[in-house]
Amino acid sequence: MEHTSKSYEHELKELQDKIFLMGGRAEEMVSQSMRALIETNADLAKKIIDEDKILDQLEKEIDELCFNLLALRQPTASDLRFIVMNLKMVTDLERMGDLGVNIAERVLELIQEPPLKPYVHLPILSQMAQQMMKEALDAFVAKDEGVARRVLSQDDGVDHLTKQISEELIELMKANPENVSRAVKLTSIAKYLERIADHATNVAEKVLFMLKGEDVRHSEDSVA
Amino acid sequence: MAHRISVKNLKAWFGNKQVLKGVDLELSPYEITAVIGPSGCGKSTFVRCLNRMHEVVAGATVEGKVEVDGENIYAPHIDPVLIRRRIGMVFQRPNPFPTLSIFDNVIAGLKFGGGLDRRRADEVVEKCLKMAALWDEVKDTLHRPGTFLSGGQQQRLCIARALAVKPQVLLMDEPCSALDPISTARIEQLLEELKKDYMIVIVTHNMQQAGRVSDKTAFLLNGELIEYDDTKKIFRSPASPLTEDYITGKFG
Repeated sequence: MEHTSKSYEHELKELQDKIFLMGGRAEEMVSQSMRALIETNADLAKKIIDEDKILDQLEKEIDELCFNLLALRQPTASDLRFIVMNLKMVTDLERMGDLGVNIAERVLELIQEPPLKPYVHLPILSQMAQQMMKEALDAFVAKDEGVARRVLSQDDGVDHLTKQISEELIELMKANPENVSRAVKLTSIAKYLERIADHATNVAEKVLFMLKGEDVRHSEDSVA
Repeated sequence: MAHRISVKNLKAWFGNKQVLKGVDLELSPYEITAVIGPSGCGKSTFVRCLNRMHEVVAGATVEGKVEVDGENIYAPHIDPVLIRRRIGMVFQRPNPFPTLSIFDNVIAGLKFGGGLDRRRADEVVEKCLKMAALWDEVKDTLHRPGTFLSGGQQQRLCIARALAVKPQVLLMDEPCSALDPISTARIEQLLEELKKDYMIVIVTHNMQQAGRVSDKTAFLLNGELIEYDDTKKIFRSPASPLTEDYITGKFG
């Protein structure tokens, strides 16, 4: 059922659309940063770094929208949860974009030297993080509790693979000091991807709060 | 047509008691301006001065100017009755004429002003009831008394009646304070539609309503205009500490 005020309805839709746009852009930045690594594409990496300002601008627009809604509409119940969670969610999305930029910066450094090894697990880790981002946003738009909970259940897998990649890279560093520089940068990329997945988890938790008024943060019961 | 209202040093008294102490502001077309302030601040008096209703009260006087498109409505040659047609008013309590049907309530202002043929009357009634978002609810019962409608419907009937005389401006003195939340929401949505064609000034003691519907907000206190700005600015970061105190509920 829609609000009687068409302008209020429009403002809420605008907020949802901007969050979705911002999330989509952040996901694209992560996807492209991994492509830049695999293809040793410096131009693509630079483009990602440059695009961060679009995300920064969206963050400001979303904050402004939320601020106005809170000041002028006195939202309650589900509207209040929606607006407050959007305010918090925008921080996660902005950080995801920043982490995509961090990956691109490490890629620019890495492609100065030959690849340390074929990239096998990092693309898989990136794909897992991207999938979590995508599903968290899908859950937000579709208001789907099941999909949000599924995102939460995937975080352990990401942590496990990140640990595995870090251990592999440690072994490479031990084997040859010349590997250290590249291995450290690759470890950083793995950590960035893990944090991106953590932010996707945060988004999913906020979606659950929006839908159910249930705060599942820091809880093992949140996993489906 | 876009109409502007300039209020210049407006003062008003009830007998010896001064209730407005020199208000200056500019009202713009196609906007909703909310007038807020605590009880007794002069907000209803201010709005009633905009269409010369204040002087109807025995002993009430006015000084200063209210210029509509550059013409002072308080000039000696101006007929206040004509002003009240151009600047229509809707009151706090819905007041359809109790002895008239819904149909006759809508055209009451036109009938009092002169002849109106049947075909034209039908057109006006349908148009104004549609503008007031009431047509669908009453089109089959137009000859029932206006008082048979619910409170919210009666208020929309009063808006239709005001619109029938083709005003340039609509003044509303707490139009929703006697209505339930659903009726209030419908009236507020109606105002969003009407502002595309009219300047609207609404007195409200409900600050949240001011936030929801208005483009600009004027805060009055003890007969003085304390602050007048975009509603967003007033409700996000008011310039005056007095405004801040009022809208955050610290007094009044």
